[in-house]
Amino acid sequence: MNIAPSAAKPSFSWQFVVTLLMYGFMYIPILILAFYSFNAERFSANWGGFSLRWYVSLLNDSRIQSALLDSLRVAFTAVAVSAVLGTMMAVGLAKYRFPGKGLYRGISYLPLIIPDIAIAVATLVFLVSIGLSLNIWTIIAAHIVFCLAYIAVVVSTRLTGLNPHLEEAALDLGATPLQAFMKVLLPELMPAIFSGCLLAFVLSMDDLLIASFTAGDGANTLPMEIFSRVKTGVKPDINALSVILILVSGFLAFLSEYIRFRSERRRFRQ
Amino acid sequence: MSQTVTQPRNVSDTDTKLDVELRKVFKVFNGETAVRGIDLEIRQGEFFSILGPSGCGKTTTLRMIAGFEEPTGGEVLLRGKSMLNVPPYRRPVNTVFQSYALFGHMTVWDNIAFGLRLQNCHKSELQQRVREALQLVKMEGFARRYPAQLSGGQQQRVALARALVNRPTVVLLDEPLGALDLKLRKEMQMELSTLHRELGVTFVMVTHDQEEALSLSDRIAVMNGGRIEQIGSPSEIYEHPQTAFVADFIGDTNLFQGRVESSQQPHLQITTHHGLKLWVKPSSSWIESPSTEVVVSVRPEKIQVGSPAGDTPLNCCDGILKNVMYLGTHVHYVVELSSGETVTVMQPNRSRELPNLDSSVQVYWQAIDGLALPARSPEK
Repeated sequence: MNIAPSAAKPSFSWQFVVTLLMYGFMYIPILILAFYSFNAERFSANWGGFSLRWYVSLLNDSRIQSALLDSLRVAFTAVAVSAVLGTMMAVGLAKYRFPGKGLYRGISYLPLIIPDIAIAVATLVFLVSIGLSLNIWTIIAAHIVFCLAYIAVVVSTRLTGLNPHLEEAALDLGATPLQAFMKVLLPELMPAIFSGCLLAFVLSMDDLLIASFTAGDGANTLPMEIFSRVKTGVKPDINALSVILILVSGFLAFLSEYIRFRSERRRFRQ
Repeated sequence: MSQTVTQPRNVSDTDTKLDVELRKVFKVFNGETAVRGIDLEIRQGEFFSILGPSGCGKTTTLRMIAGFEEPTGGEVLLRGKSMLNVPPYRRPVNTVFQSYALFGHMTVWDNIAFGLRLQNCHKSELQQRVREALQLVKMEGFARRYPAQLSGGQQQRVALARALVNRPTVVLLDEPLGALDLKLRKEMQMELSTLHRELGVTFVMVTHDQEEALSLSDRIAVMNGGRIEQIGSPSEIYEHPQTAFVADFIGDTNLFQGRVESSQQPHLQITTHHGLKLWVKPSSSWIESPSTEVVVSVRPEKIQVGSPAGDTPLNCCDGILKNVMYLGTHVHYVVELSSGETVTVMQPNRSRELPNLDSSVQVYWQAIDGLALPARSPEK
């Protein structure tokens, strides 16, 4: 047919091409990485058939496993501490009026925009100057800095959207301030706290810079282990590990967004 | 003006107990005085409204009764007990918030049971009382729903049930119907009124809607600028406003600025700034001496258009008809008097032929229908 309806768009518009290029630019490297993680050959340049041997070799790699364990320990501890402190910070900032509040709020969220390298160097210099030996706990302390700010931001956003009279309503019905917080405010904030935690967890698992500055000899996180291995050339088992990491963090990010989306929908479906 | 007449309940003034007392209550926020010395006595079982424009301090007053704000000065008493330093969770009052403030993560049932659970109410009693509360607001079928799954009117009912289930001494309602559309608002007004009559609990309602206050309340306090202008029954407030603000805020009125010319009984002669001479019946509350500045208020429905039959009333002016609005049950006239003032007139529609625009007409009213009020609110 020669006569096309005038409303139909040409199948190849320049917007489509640009979009395709952009996504290609973003995701082709990852796809190539995933592709070669199944390569039976030792050297990435050749395709030696499909194989899961690099995934199996990960299972037998005790260094990787202990690094993963360190990473998880750091992430879980840092996120747990930050969840409590970050929530308290967000609630306190929303609820009370005190002099210098704006400044305080600004300072609290600053770690989000300070470059990681600056946090890393500053933490290292500080730890050395007070004479603390570097180990896994110093990584945790450094990670709390940005996890805390992150969780506080997410919780604050939710708090501003919350009905300001909820807590008063609880008090009015006979709840003490503590009961009002535990029974009303905390459950209302839970989706935000959880989604903030998931994202902070992913950030902590992902961090190489701050961890390598504050780790000392004692600890070795997964990103640190990967980085030390790729210095001497990328081996296929690192490809496999990267694929696993991408999938897990992608899933966590999706989960966090999903939880937030669901709770927002419940709130605004009125 | 649709005014449902509320039946006066058997509350005699002599031996009524007071549920809420405010004594010289002040509230200052960051140097701004929101409430300036309020005295209020709310009787047991009364439907009391605090009415005023936004920013008049009415919500602050309610929040001080609930305990969310502490008065800067003065005292709040509930059932004769001072509420100084008594937190909201120890006060025998429950509030219905304008925004409802329902707990979104709880079902309707859990929302209503919240207060009872905190009191460690026995399980069987709790279930019975929650069920009764749901019945009271006609929401039996919605116990398992979440607030977000309810319409505005249904949320309003849940908020009411959540307050009433605790059997408070006083129910505080902060603009309870403000967020509803007109039709629903009328419905809920009826239900509020019925609920109040059935339960006999003291209701204190804050509203800016004068019609709502007039139709629901036993008594109304009109607030302006942090002060109470007048307290009285709806008809007292409407028929005998004590200040120009009250006369203007409640219903429509024609206000004439003027000064007292002579005060010979039984009437008072007033000359407006435009030179119009008016006769009014002096009000009992204050004594007008010659050359006092006054404001004369005449309700539009008390004025007649046309030539007076029989004796000429004391107030009879010539004017030109500037506008006629046909409202079905009523006709609304705007007449420019020869003195230069404009009056609005509201007359029931008697299906007569309407006078033409720009024709000369006469307007007249009885001296008793004009009210002389102090030109400025009395400073306290």
